[in-house]
Amino acid sequence: MKFQEFVCFEATIPELDNADRDAAIGALVSALAKAGRIPAQSAREITEAVIKRENEASTGMGKGVAVPHVKHTAAKKVMAAIAQSDAGIDFAALDEQPVYSIILLVSPTDSPDDHLQAMELLFKHLQKERFRKFLRQCRLPEQLEDLLTEADEDPSW
Amino acid sequence: MLTGEETLEELVCETTVEIKNAEGLHMRPAMKFVDVASQFACDITVSNDEMKADAKSIMEMSMLAATYGTRLQIKAEGAQAEEAISALTDLVEVRMFDEPPPENASG
Repeated sequence: MKFQEFVCFEATIPELDNADRDAAIGALVSALAKAGRIPAQSAREITEAVIKRENEASTGMGKGVAVPHVKHTAAKKVMAAIAQSDAGIDFAALDEQPVYSIILLVSPTDSPDDHLQAMELLFKHLQKERFRKFLRQCRLPEQLEDLLTEADEDPSW
Repeated sequence: MLTGEETLEELVCETTVEIKNAEGLHMRPAMKFVDVASQFACDITVSNDEMKADAKSIMEMSMLAATYGTRLQIKAEGAQAEEAISALTDLVEVRMFDEPPPENASG
């Protein structure tokens, strides 16, 4: 799987001003709805489901990144929306540090394997300090698209 | 000079497990795996055909993307290696991460 296949660049949020965790999740879900990837009427339900999942166990994996996610019938295929926060957001992360990059993943309920493939790709890159640093610096959807396209096409990334 | 297997500290244990829950090794099961692995002092790695993950790293474990039916090799080296392998095998194959198997699975 490639980033270009599931990251919705139109739903990029370059800076989450003063948002807390739940507001950040809500903003990302709304961005996906606005981009036409999920039906607008499902946005609230999806947001609540992501927050519920997050409350069960934080997806803040440490190193300033969080990957909130949910499986929902409104998703026809795996999709992701990405947001950055300069100030950092409390995600109750494993390392208890603030989160600067949030990648929301919404997956259909009937394709667990695609969900796993998307996670694999995300973590393969999020593990690398250089990638996390570049990701944090993406202030425009185009920059994010450039970074992720490069990661898709250059095996040395 | 002693070789690894001759001292208790360097005990090595290996096994292969199969993922039996429908959703595979997604984040929550991966976290449970890391929790159990972290209870043991020994070094534990989990491998598929492509990579080897540190069983105590949630990011590395998530990178295995082990779907239903995937077989993984678990290797533990050091103190309590046997106990670690036994606890992890139980989690994956018996408890199935406390998740259901596929609906159409026969057994």
